[in-house]
Amino acid sequence: MRAKMYEIVKAEKLTPDVIKLEIKAPQIAKKAKAGQFIMVTPTEHGERIPLTMADFSPEKGTITIAALEIGKTTKELGTLKAGDKVFSLVGPLGLPTHLHNFGNVVSIGGGIGLALMYPVVRAFRQSGNHTINIIGAKNEKLLIYEDEIKTVSDEFYVCTDDGSKGHHGFVSDVLKKMIAENKKIDLVYAVGPIIMMKVIANITKPHNIKTIVSLNPIMVDGTGMCGSCRVIISGETKFGCVDGPEFDGHAVDFDNLTARNRRYMPEEAVSLKKWQGAK
Amino acid sequence: MADEPQQPKQPKKIVPKKYPMPEQDPKERIRNFNEVPIGQEAQTAILEAQRCLQCKRGPNRKVCMDGCPVEIDIPVFIKQVQEGNFEEAIRIIRQKQNLPAVCGRVCPYENQCEGLCVVGKKNEPVGIGRLERFLADWERKEMKKGKVEVPPPTGKQVAVVGAGPAGLTVAGDLAKLGHKITIFEALQYCGGVLVYGIPEFRLPKEIVHAEVDYIRRMGVDIKNDFVVGKLETVDELMRDYDAVFVATGAGLPDWTNLKGENLNGIMSANEFLTRVNLMKAFKFPEYDTPIRAGERVVTIGGGNVAMDCARTSLRLGCKESVILYRRSDAELPARREEVHHAQQEGVRFELLAAPVEFIGDDCGNVKQVKAIRMQLGEPDASGRRRPVKIPGSEFLIDAQTVLIAIGQSPNPLVPMTTPDLKTTKEGTIAVDEEGRTSKKAVWAGGDIASGAATVILAMGDGKKAAKSMHRYLTQDQSWPAPEVFEKLSCEM
Repeated sequence: MRAKMYEIVKAEKLTPDVIKLEIKAPQIAKKAKAGQFIMVTPTEHGERIPLTMADFSPEKGTITIAALEIGKTTKELGTLKAGDKVFSLVGPLGLPTHLHNFGNVVSIGGGIGLALMYPVVRAFRQSGNHTINIIGAKNEKLLIYEDEIKTVSDEFYVCTDDGSKGHHGFVSDVLKKMIAENKKIDLVYAVGPIIMMKVIANITKPHNIKTIVSLNPIMVDGTGMCGSCRVIISGETKFGCVDGPEFDGHAVDFDNLTARNRRYMPEEAVSLKKWQGAK
Repeated sequence: MADEPQQPKQPKKIVPKKYPMPEQDPKERIRNFNEVPIGQEAQTAILEAQRCLQCKRGPNRKVCMDGCPVEIDIPVFIKQVQEGNFEEAIRIIRQKQNLPAVCGRVCPYENQCEGLCVVGKKNEPVGIGRLERFLADWERKEMKKGKVEVPPPTGKQVAVVGAGPAGLTVAGDLAKLGHKITIFEALQYCGGVLVYGIPEFRLPKEIVHAEVDYIRRMGVDIKNDFVVGKLETVDELMRDYDAVFVATGAGLPDWTNLKGENLNGIMSANEFLTRVNLMKAFKFPEYDTPIRAGERVVTIGGGNVAMDCARTSLRLGCKESVILYRRSDAELPARREEVHHAQQEGVRFELLAAPVEFIGDDCGNVKQVKAIRMQLGEPDASGRRRPVKIPGSEFLIDAQTVLIAIGQSPNPLVPMTTPDLKTTKEGTIAVDEEGRTSKKAVWAGGDIASGAATVILAMGDGKKAAKSMHRYLTQDQSWPAPEVFEKLSCEM
């Protein structure tokens, strides 16, 4: 029906389960802004999935995406090499991060969220903010975008659950300590697992620290047509794809998001098993 | 004509009913996604065409073609079918109609051409819709798929935003006049609602792809995966194009806003149908996109989209598919044929009932719909009798899936990113009778301008706009005064 049309320029494993793909998409690269995402469909039979943009270069005409290989579609992306093509790529989607010179911005990222965090903190810094960045992962080997984020940090903290690098414990511990020490914080930005974002929002709420979170609901079209990605914000239904993906962390119903993101788990397991069987 | 020998006039005996359209048996078809009507044989089509009286239009005499939003010369093409000249017949249709295989399936003929058919006054009308379908299918099977001849280029470039029925019509009509057309489409396939909304068993996607291919063979350039408003705005397009047609549809689902609507298992008709049709979730896991119906599916709404949801649910294997509609059978907005097909297939109609709340289990999955009985009161603004709740009549229906099919609103992306494009209170783009917007050189049509309507009305809008655009591109660049649109945006 139509040829596969988006060529992979570079493929790299950041960890055994995280693939980083640099894809030729000059028009998207020209328009992309920090905080936005793309919808990718690896093959004609594939699913449309939203992935955060970890980088974009108008000069090279490429965008970079990073995916945690957790289901069939992301594992399939994980097998792609330079020169391979993906069937469909749509973007840039969602609203960009609201940029402003807030003052001291504490950005917190965990797991695959670190890939999105990089262009966002880079943009915060370009907007004149003092950027305090806290990154975390289960262990040292799973830390991604560490060097990149470090280069755009005024202050930089690393946490690992097992203590293999930096602070032994959670990213939230570092934030708590900052608050306890009365550090001036004008904005908190969090991106990562839902539970992490929920914990961060619960910490900042009593202190009235404005907190932005970047959500990752299940999407189908990614352009505001279907409502698969609806999230509850202050009791109101919003679409993650067009009203987000960033929202006021104090207004998000994280439990509803957690439940909604689990709704196709049985089918996801079937799909993965079939794919692994065929390999 | 005068030279031909006069035929002795004999009263024509009309076969009272349409020749039957073979259909898949309801018991069989609810287990597959194949098309329900199978299509007619050439011989049957000729016999059906011979039921036509070849009426002539008159100032006080409305005939079939007066009911056609795209003004197909119906008696003329039927005459060719009567004589077995299918190639000529489809050529006549193609002069006015860019998507005959689509419209031959999904047009509400009963209210349009067939509604005005003179034969239909005393008998069943001529099956004009099925003749159109027959010819389009014949063309697709029998005719060569080479380049479609178009006139020499005019040098004018037109951008069409959205490859749905309105956009494809404008593209086809303007390409036929020698303009260079580029279509920008957000999804991976063209067709808009024809590919994401209307199910395979009513409109096989292969047919939509073939119709789009025909338009491509006219030299129209199509850019998929291109979200206008994100990748480029209308203003940016205008740097490279002499005129822009916006046809971005009514893609925004409406919600009930009742308690529990965000439970798992409750989704918009758009999500359900997009998963099944565009993403082919009915073939999961051969295709990767999942869908789940469960034992009982409750669809809320009574329009064509609701019928599509209820019938799709059956094919996904649910045991019972229920339509919950707040008015009575007579007010169902769906086409009669769709209601009839749904009934044949065993869809249960829970009429005069409306949802009041969705009840979930401990894991956040919907398990029941709480509904209330309604009765019809005084007519409302739409002229239909207003449904009124009967106090104390609440009841529960078990459901693993609830589909919200109560309407769609205009897609806000283009109006939001085009500051000088005036919109109405409903969010549609304000247009005059030619489809012109408040922004010079920009037209709009289809659901983005009219609200949620039908495929053929969107195509009618496209036709009107294409005429106006051609005039603008070749002769007269005048544009209505801004006050016209001020007024339009307030009135609607």
